[in-house]
Amino acid sequence: MRSDLLLEMQNITKTFPGVRALTNASLQVQTGEIHALIGQNGAGKSTLIKILTGAYRRDSGSVRFAGTNIDFRSPQAAQNGGVSTIYQEVNLVPFRSVAENIFMGREPKKFGFIDWKGMNSQAQALLERFKVEIDVTQPLNTFNIAIQQMTAIARAVSVQAKLVVMDEPTSSLDEAEVQVLFDVMRKLKASGVSIIFVSHRLDELYAICDAVTIMRDGQTVHACPMKDISKLELVAKMLNRDLNDLQSSGRTGFKQSQSQNQSATLRLSAKNLQQGRALRGVNLEIKVGEIVGLAGLLGSGRTETARVLFGADQLSSGEIILNGQVQQFRNPLDAIKAGIGLCCEDRKQEGIIPYLSVRENLTLALLPQLTRAGLLRGIVNSAKQAEIVQQFIERLGIKTAGPDQPVRELSGGNQQKVLLARWMCMNPQLLILDEPTRGVDVGAKIEIQSLIQELAQNGLSVLMISSEIEELSEGSDRVIVLRDKKSVITLEKHAISQESMMHAMAHGTTTHEVGFEYQS
Amino acid sequence: MRWVLNTNLELKTFSKKVVARESFGQRYGAMLALLVLIIFNMITTRYFMNVQTLYVNFTQVATIVIVATGMTLVIATGGIDLSVGSLMAISGALAPMIFLHPSLPPAVGVGLAFVVPILVAGLFGMSNGFLITRYGIQPIIATLILFIAGRGIAQVVTNGDLQTFSNEAFQFIGRGRPLGFPVQVVLMFVLVALIAWVMRATIFGRYILAIGGNEAAAKLAGVPVARVKLAVYAISGLLSGLAGLIVIAINAASDANQGGLNMELDAIAAVAVGGTALTGGKVNVLGTLIGALIIQLIRYTLLAKGVPDAVALIVKAAIIIVAVYSQRTKQS
Repeated sequence: MRSDLLLEMQNITKTFPGVRALTNASLQVQTGEIHALIGQNGAGKSTLIKILTGAYRRDSGSVRFAGTNIDFRSPQAAQNGGVSTIYQEVNLVPFRSVAENIFMGREPKKFGFIDWKGMNSQAQALLERFKVEIDVTQPLNTFNIAIQQMTAIARAVSVQAKLVVMDEPTSSLDEAEVQVLFDVMRKLKASGVSIIFVSHRLDELYAICDAVTIMRDGQTVHACPMKDISKLELVAKMLNRDLNDLQSSGRTGFKQSQSQNQSATLRLSAKNLQQGRALRGVNLEIKVGEIVGLAGLLGSGRTETARVLFGADQLSSGEIILNGQVQQFRNPLDAIKAGIGLCCEDRKQEGIIPYLSVRENLTLALLPQLTRAGLLRGIVNSAKQAEIVQQFIERLGIKTAGPDQPVRELSGGNQQKVLLARWMCMNPQLLILDEPTRGVDVGAKIEIQSLIQELAQNGLSVLMISSEIEELSEGSDRVIVLRDKKSVITLEKHAISQESMMHAMAHGTTTHEVGFEYQS
Repeated sequence: MRWVLNTNLELKTFSKKVVARESFGQRYGAMLALLVLIIFNMITTRYFMNVQTLYVNFTQVATIVIVATGMTLVIATGGIDLSVGSLMAISGALAPMIFLHPSLPPAVGVGLAFVVPILVAGLFGMSNGFLITRYGIQPIIATLILFIAGRGIAQVVTNGDLQTFSNEAFQFIGRGRPLGFPVQVVLMFVLVALIAWVMRATIFGRYILAIGGNEAAAKLAGVPVARVKLAVYAISGLLSGLAGLIVIAINAASDANQGGLNMELDAIAAVAVGGTALTGGKVNVLGTLIGALIIQLIRYTLLAKGVPDAVALIVKAAIIIVAVYSQRTKQS
């Protein structure tokens, strides 16, 4: 029924200088509905939410909320208008009490002074509605994340929100806490409040949501009731794969490998990797000269796996065996010395040193080997350095004005090549590539992919993490699928297909028990 | 909103064109300011153009420069060291206690008076680094601890007394003139050249810039972040210790209350005026020398013109603002 529509965002377009973030995106939420908003990184979810909550202004399009056209100028205005947002990282003041946080900015007053008694008892009552019984006069940071989130929700409810936006609220909660959150969400729903729920955990979406909107590349690609879409369809829509058209298209730089030239020697095996809530049992094996793909949705534990293998984070349990020897890397340096390299997912935050030159960035890991001998130890052998840098600039076709150019001035693809070269010049045994072609142009992408293949043919073992299902299906000798922080399945070369991977991401198995027809 | 705009502009420059690396102001601003000051004095100040004036200015600026080169390294890693002045006081307090000690033969006493205070200051500097790397305390807080406690330590060991002395061998470091050149000026130039070379030619230098430029990335590339930071704060401590000795040698007296007072401000100002980014990742050691010279020349000029001290402070601040402003990174 149209009259039940609480929120209607239509034809929303938003352009940042040089980047088009949203193109005619839309979102419709019914009154008293829990609505899932999903999409990959960069699909435009957060931009759309920020436009709704007044953090960004839209370029064009219309927003109707509770029957009137609105254009919130600030998050404050949105809150007053009935839209509250609960962010992934709790957005409250840690050292103030729970009650103060709930009523901050609109404290109940008596004779012009804060009515502490009233405020505390109101806060207590609000939280009791959610079966949370705590001392509200204690500082917020003395409670766990779940309680902090409840506080944020209580704040949202107390401002009489009609719509609550929850941006990945469950990412730091454990199972029991998630159930408490869901109870609260159901109570809110029963009282007529609508919720926009952003999460990457499919099971949660199906457990709690009534409807779903799927975004991709800044557009809304699908919206329907939750019960009308299968997990597999959902994943396919997110990844831009038509279930009826899954033939590999050969658009990547990977050549269909003729002969499998990797040996049977095991390079690395990882057994039951666990790390707090970030990893809950990952197993994987990589042979010499093999490209192993690591597939999984956002938040499935791919990057976390890469980081523990590289010693950047510490395991809470599990075993890493490299070339037959059990390894305990205390830091990345240990892993590097053992012959491992890691190209990070986030090039800008964890890859490049922006103001340093191409030369310095390229040789950063190699520097200890570029030292002069004897008494001159610690002094860079700049002739040798220049030679290596020149060699890799030519070999990888890095487009740069010269080795002295600051790396921040290079394009994304060329920065990525510099980072690849940083590890290639180390002659590693195992290279972990987290999204090696994200944010690079098509030409560089194909070059990087064929380079990875060439390296593997020369005996390098590669663990390739990618959100592009095509890259994995065409590039990998084997694919390990992660789901919900666990490895759920290993697909051997002959079994790798886009549908088998998507099925495993969606259900954790490859059996086709759901009512779908697959083409082979 | 402005932040959002900036990041996106940066995205654009990534893909489109190569941006000009440094504006004219960034590259030559400090140099230009120094030249203007020199020319102004050449025209208006009597007796400016003679060797005596040159030496006066150089000897007065030497301690600032020595401390500021250490500070340059610290700032290049993205940190800051507020404790330098207090470390000068500690080393200045220790030295006379050693060479005036009756049980030590004069030669041994003077030798130890050079080595021990500098090492002690270096160890204190390292303890700054330890707090920062081991416990993740912000540099400004970690070094604030010694900024406060250091001077207290210096006062406790000397009972707060002024120690006066006359010891030609020790005072060589502040009053000696080998081949006619003031010894601390020679030291200053040697240290600036050495540190500039370290930044240019050694692995250690690259690591400093990598850490200041992007610590997370440096760590993932195998850079021993903690060890490099420890070394940098230790070097800052050692150089402060040396500067502390020079100051007491010039004065023929050690005063724990006054030695190195406000030095951290002069040193940081010299680094900033010299073009080293306070956010880390960029370094200009020669710029620090120029920055210190600018500050010194401003002080000298105002003194020569008979400007009252209070006004002089304001003028100094204004000129620093102009120098730093002219070098700011162009954002749009």
